[in-house]
Amino acid sequence: MKITLGAVVKGGTSLDYKTGSWRDQRPVIHEDLCKACGQCEMVCPDNAVYVVDEVYIIDYDYCKGCGLCAYECPTDAIEMVPEEK
Amino acid sequence: MSLQQIARKEALFFSGHRACHGCGMALAVRHILKATGKNVIVVTPTGCLETFASPYGYSPWQVPWIHHLFENAPSIASGVAAALKAQGRDSVRVLVIAGDGSTFDIGFGALSGMLERGDDVLYICTDNGAYMNTGGQRSGASPTYSSTTTDPAGKESLGKTQMMKDLPAIVAAHSAPYVATASVAFLKDLQKKVKKAMLYHGPRYIQIDTPCPSGWGFPPERTLEIGRTGIDCGLVPIFEMENGKITSTHKIKKKIPVTDYLKAQTRFGHLFSDNRGQAELDEIQAMADRNIERYALLRESGNK
Amino acid sequence: MSHIQVVEGSEAVALAVKACRPQVISAYPISPQTHIVEWIAKMIADGELDTEYVRVESEFSAASVISGASATASRSYTASSSQGLLLMTEVLYASAGLRLPFVITGVNRAISAPISIQVDHQDTISLRDSGVIQFYVESSQEVYDTHIAAFKVAEDPKILLPVMVCMDGWILTHSYERVSFMEQEEVGSFLPPFQPVNFLDVNDPKTWGSYAEDDVLMEFKYAIHEAMQYAKGRIKEIFSELAMITGRDHGGLIEAYRTEGAEVILMAMGSMAGTVKEAVDELRSQGKKVGLVKIRCYRPFPFEDIWDVIKDTKIVGVMDANFSMGSEGAVATDLKAKLCGRPDAPLVLDFITGLGGREVNKGTIREIVQKAEEVLNSGLPLHEPHWVDLNPAILP
Repeated sequence: MKITLGAVVKGGTSLDYKTGSWRDQRPVIHEDLCKACGQCEMVCPDNAVYVVDEVYIIDYDYCKGCGLCAYECPTDAIEMVPEEK
Repeated sequence: MSLQQIARKEALFFSGHRACHGCGMALAVRHILKATGKNVIVVTPTGCLETFASPYGYSPWQVPWIHHLFENAPSIASGVAAALKAQGRDSVRVLVIAGDGSTFDIGFGALSGMLERGDDVLYICTDNGAYMNTGGQRSGASPTYSSTTTDPAGKESLGKTQMMKDLPAIVAAHSAPYVATASVAFLKDLQKKVKKAMLYHGPRYIQIDTPCPSGWGFPPERTLEIGRTGIDCGLVPIFEMENGKITSTHKIKKKIPVTDYLKAQTRFGHLFSDNRGQAELDEIQAMADRNIERYALLRESGNK
Repeated sequence: MSHIQVVEGSEAVALAVKACRPQVISAYPISPQTHIVEWIAKMIADGELDTEYVRVESEFSAASVISGASATASRSYTASSSQGLLLMTEVLYASAGLRLPFVITGVNRAISAPISIQVDHQDTISLRDSGVIQFYVESSQEVYDTHIAAFKVAEDPKILLPVMVCMDGWILTHSYERVSFMEQEEVGSFLPPFQPVNFLDVNDPKTWGSYAEDDVLMEFKYAIHEAMQYAKGRIKEIFSELAMITGRDHGGLIEAYRTEGAEVILMAMGSMAGTVKEAVDELRSQGKKVGLVKIRCYRPFPFEDIWDVIKDTKIVGVMDANFSMGSEGAVATDLKAKLCGRPDAPLVLDFITGLGGREVNKGTIREIVQKAEEVLNSGLPLHEPHWVDLNPAILP
């Protein structure tokens, strides 16, 4: 790829860098316990939890496995399970 | 595109940035941009945010963003604001998102100049209490008796002996119309304050407490928890100042001792390792109590 | 069409800047630059110039404000001197890297310590490696014309670098000279509005100032070097285009003055060149084969143009109004490095002249020429660099 003038680049290109590989534990949502409050989406520093029509998606391409979503979940609906390498 | 792909692209601060696990600063930035919307130009000085959010060719920013140097974000922002004014681009606003090293220390003169000139810039300091990008060195925002790599606790030292610079008060003394503190522990309040600040013109300042798991020494899932205990013990007062007067404070629901906050972080571990930290712990408790009184942080008056 | 007026050198700068219609100007006082930003402030106060004028708290911010403004698609300008220019150093490197095309007047003054407000070139020479294009001027007329060209050079889409117009403090900034001014329409057609390649745009969000690793950093630096090389040709074109309008030709990257058949060629920059020209005229009338190369553009370094003029001469005496401590004058170093390995190269002698405002008059220049002739006739080396008019009696 050619370098750009003054290193000025298009924004929004970080999606090409998959931080999911950093993870050593993964959050798993237990849907029976989930009250769809949106807290997990709010607290994710990596924008890796989405709420779409009350369906929760964890984006494992980017989730670093920090565990904030599980810790902050008011109904303990998210479990952190060790990542199998 | 899948729902997931669509959702990825709704944000103004994308996934794929390289912040540490549980980074309070990255979380703050997501919510700051949710509150401002896309009509902002963001200036960020050198620091954690610049490093984890700008590797060449991997930019998470969906707003125009510029990093120039460590100590000049306020003056870069002043220049952006001046250009927008000259061009009549009134709908575009200017935002600085900086760390505490650049804000409290190296960029302090430039910040004062920007404030004094009354430039139309919202300056947000994401405060993690040290130069975390370079490994946690002492800054003017490092809390008293925290151990940092340039003011470490040791046989003859209990860490930083000075008080943290009271930057919100210093900013307010420049006649800034809006000054607030916020925390990632209360993200809705953070967003509300950013939105409110956007309603004002002139220089505005928000200082956000952004706990740092790797720098403060706590597990990454506790970022918000640490933020909450900092608030609940009185060491991190959350308030708003409009036109020089305090107009709101976040009330502490149940006051906790400072030791609950300090014990949970390795940067204060030396205060608990033997008995020699007791006087310092008392001193920190007195600081928290002074904050509680000064900002009236308890729900009922006289409840001390 | 033009009009002629006797003005202070600083006012000539201010009038050139006004004619170029910058949208953002930052200002911070430092002698002997201050008159420039004062003249501009007065124009704004009198409603003659419509621009955002930012009164900053330091030179560091003066350079930063125009960097931010330039990234936001505004033509931008500031002026400084001496310590102020050194304080800007970090900003200038970064802005060259980001390819921000603003213009700065660098009013030449000595560097502390001891503190002095008198002229020499130590301040701007210290910025030679930053990626900023540097012009040095001799007269108020050249000051005026060069500022107008400077914006066009900076904003050329294949250049996009900061440009600094260096002028000697006091000698040029505070003396009154006859200056011929261009009509506004002439400047307008010569210098159309700034059309940036990139700017901070909410409709096309771009990321500026990324962190670069070892896989690309060298290429970014090389790209600046390439832009500088391209600028050599483009600068000459731009000055020719301006000369067509004004009828004044100051030269391209250099000005060669009476160098035909010269055995000794002096090399100088800034107002000193005017004095050298007078001395050369006198020496020529005495039959001495002496000439002058005035460097107008110091970065990029115009070696090819210099070589064309000096290749048949025997000695080049460089008058360096600066000194790299522990080595020699910067211009001599540049020239010697480029000549190294050429068997036909003239001998280069370095004369340190005029530091801290030490007077350089025709006598000084005759002395330099005499030293050069001694070397030429005796074949013996000169103890070099030679500090001209140094007073050994007061050395401890």
